[in-house]
Amino acid sequence: MSGENGNGNPGKEAILGAIRRGLRRGPLPADQQALLAARIATHPRHLIPARSRLPRPAQVELFLDRVVAEFGTVARVADAAAVPQAVADYLAQANLPPSIAMAPHPLLAAMPWAERPMLAIRQGRAAPADQAGLTAAFAAIAETGTLMLPSGAERPTTLNIMPETGIVVVQASRIVGAYEEAWDLLRREAREDGAPGTLGPRFMPRNVMLITGPSRTADIEQTIELGAHGPRRLHVVLIDDDPAAR
Amino acid sequence: MLPTSPHFKENAARALADGGLQKALGRSRGAFQQKRADAAARLPEFERLREIGRDIKNHTLANLDFYLEHYARNVEAAGGRVHWCATAEDARATILAICREAGARTVTKGKSMIGEEIAINAYLERHGIEPVETDLGEYIIQLRQEPPSHIIAPAFHLNKEDWIEAFKAKHTELPPDRPMTERKALVDEARTVLRGRFLAADVGITGANLLIAETGSSVIVTNEGNGDLTQTLPRVHIAIASIEKVVPTLEDACAILRLLARSATGQEFSTYTTFSTGPRRAADPDGPAQYHVILLDNGRSAMVGTEFQDMLRCIRCAACMNHCPVYGVVGGHAYGWVYPGPMGAVLTPSLLGVEQAGHLPNASTFCGRCEEVCPMKIPLPRMMRHWREREFERHLVPRGTRYGLGLWAFLARRPALYRLAMRAAAWTLGLLGRRRGRFATLPFAGGWTAGRDMPAPEGETFQARYARLRRAGAGDPARQTRR
Ligand code: SF4
Repeated sequence: MSGENGNGNPGKEAILGAIRRGLRRGPLPADQQALLAARIATHPRHLIPARSRLPRPAQVELFLDRVVAEFGTVARVADAAAVPQAVADYLAQANLPPSIAMAPHPLLAAMPWAERPMLAIRQGRAAPADQAGLTAAFAAIAETGTLMLPSGAERPTTLNIMPETGIVVVQASRIVGAYEEAWDLLRREAREDGAPGTLGPRFMPRNVMLITGPSRTADIEQTIELGAHGPRRLHVVLIDDDPAAR
Repeated sequence: MLPTSPHFKENAARALADGGLQKALGRSRGAFQQKRADAAARLPEFERLREIGRDIKNHTLANLDFYLEHYARNVEAAGGRVHWCATAEDARATILAICREAGARTVTKGKSMIGEEIAINAYLERHGIEPVETDLGEYIIQLRQEPPSHIIAPAFHLNKEDWIEAFKAKHTELPPDRPMTERKALVDEARTVLRGRFLAADVGITGANLLIAETGSSVIVTNEGNGDLTQTLPRVHIAIASIEKVVPTLEDACAILRLLARSATGQEFSTYTTFSTGPRRAADPDGPAQYHVILLDNGRSAMVGTEFQDMLRCIRCAACMNHCPVYGVVGGHAYGWVYPGPMGAVLTPSLLGVEQAGHLPNASTFCGRCEEVCPMKIPLPRMMRHWREREFERHLVPRGTRYGLGLWAFLARRPALYRLAMRAAAWTLGLLGRRRGRFATLPFAGGWTAGRDMPAPEGETFQARYARLRRAGAGDPARQTRR
């Protein structure tokens, strides 16, 4: 196999050598390498658009407005206990069967699903026959109405993309203004069998999806059709758990 | 794909006479431009972000070796593998070896321009592995066995009738009398057919819009979600990316992502922006067991340090072709290879050689729209001019042009002779064109006048007019006109 790693990697040597010839220098001296490594370690922010720099209630409103503008729908509930009913209502309204594949997330698991005996619930990753999936967002970004869904035991990636209907629970307290703020939350809180924030540069989960609205395509005559391969419908259930955001 | 770039002129002539193509081009061109303009207007910081995007990429390119090594180390720390491939052949052989090791029979594919560049589909097919394109636009052109005509809208050149015809011909397992006049019916049909392919695939190949050195992540941006199904469901995920895709940090990626969708489709953000870092972790309920990155050079390192380095800032948004008057009438196939429009006119000669693609930098009116809308502020017209100069130096320009320019250079170095010759030429042309004020044909310039008229000079050279106005006491006429 060409491009083999380890000692004597001819592809790597050839590419790096050609780049350095173009730049008319050898490998960077140690002090310059240290400067670049420091830039990565401190990952400075660039300009962040003013649009999301808002008081908390307006930030939540911006998030909800953007979800709707991107062809999503929203329901706002007072607390986590109200989510099962909101989910059942949504499915009934959309004429969908009362059945969901649910992410094994502690927030979702603690909800009073027993109060909705008509709703069939299966926990785990998505299966091909699942019509609706229920997940809990790690964070949400007001700037563009975007959900952040990192993979892990609590958040199977398949649930984000396989079912025709995606229902995502968002806590108002987890809505941030800009993407950069969501990445910082992830940097701080990521854990892998350890305390939050202990992963250092290894904080990235295998997969992080930023989702903005339902799946769509404009490949036929540049005209938008929803539901290309991923969810046809995206429904956000917002839990108003942040007194400052009401 | 075998380039037909040397035949740009013939390709363009055929495109102009193709009624279906002209219908498709006419429908979409204005829409793309309007959507981008609206999206840019909704974000007051857009212009500042363009400068930031340019600076991030310039910084990265100046330290490209460092960031690539840093990136590769982080991919490997996350359990993935990086394959450094200097050439397209290396990349193809590496991908095939991974597929064989996985015992792959079918491979699903997300949209990837690098995949087109290395012609991976034909190669896998030749070796008994079936590639299945899953982006809707890529899927239809795979069914029709033709190349994409646009870098973000591969089926830009097709009309709905073409889709119906292809689906009828290829989806023979479905009832032939099914209703399929609505676009929605076509999308649903593709969704159903392709879902089976996703579930059966052994390997998924995606491209990458960005690579992030800080985390060792590859990033894909899609609206359909096909890329996510491609990289999540099979046992093996291969991301193919060229070396200039790397940026240092997530913050750098955010700045560029704010430009990408707005410049491309006029969206605020694409539906799915997904960051992949290594294979499935111990606690993950899903995801691929293997994660490979094909890091492709294929001529790009040779652009570093040259007048074409700026082209490596390109984020493949397609704004330049969406605003190009030449692309707008000839479409993407005329350019004869993978990359059309202004970005292709600069990139294709770099990657294929000016012998193959020397015509492309001439496919420009130098109106400058491409540079105005390019989110990375790439000076596309200037680079097309560099290629024209190189082409001239290499004596690839037809003899008539070469002699004409040679004669002009000879005269230009001799001012007295130049004035005399220009006066004679202007006077002659002025006399000849007096009646209509323009020429529909000119001797020795048949190629130039075939698609446009040459305005007839008014019988006086610029230099003579300049001197006359100066004498008349109007001051410096060049400055006067600017007032
Ligand atoms: S050259 Fe600029 S406008 Fe054209 S595709 Fe690249 S980034 Fe976009």
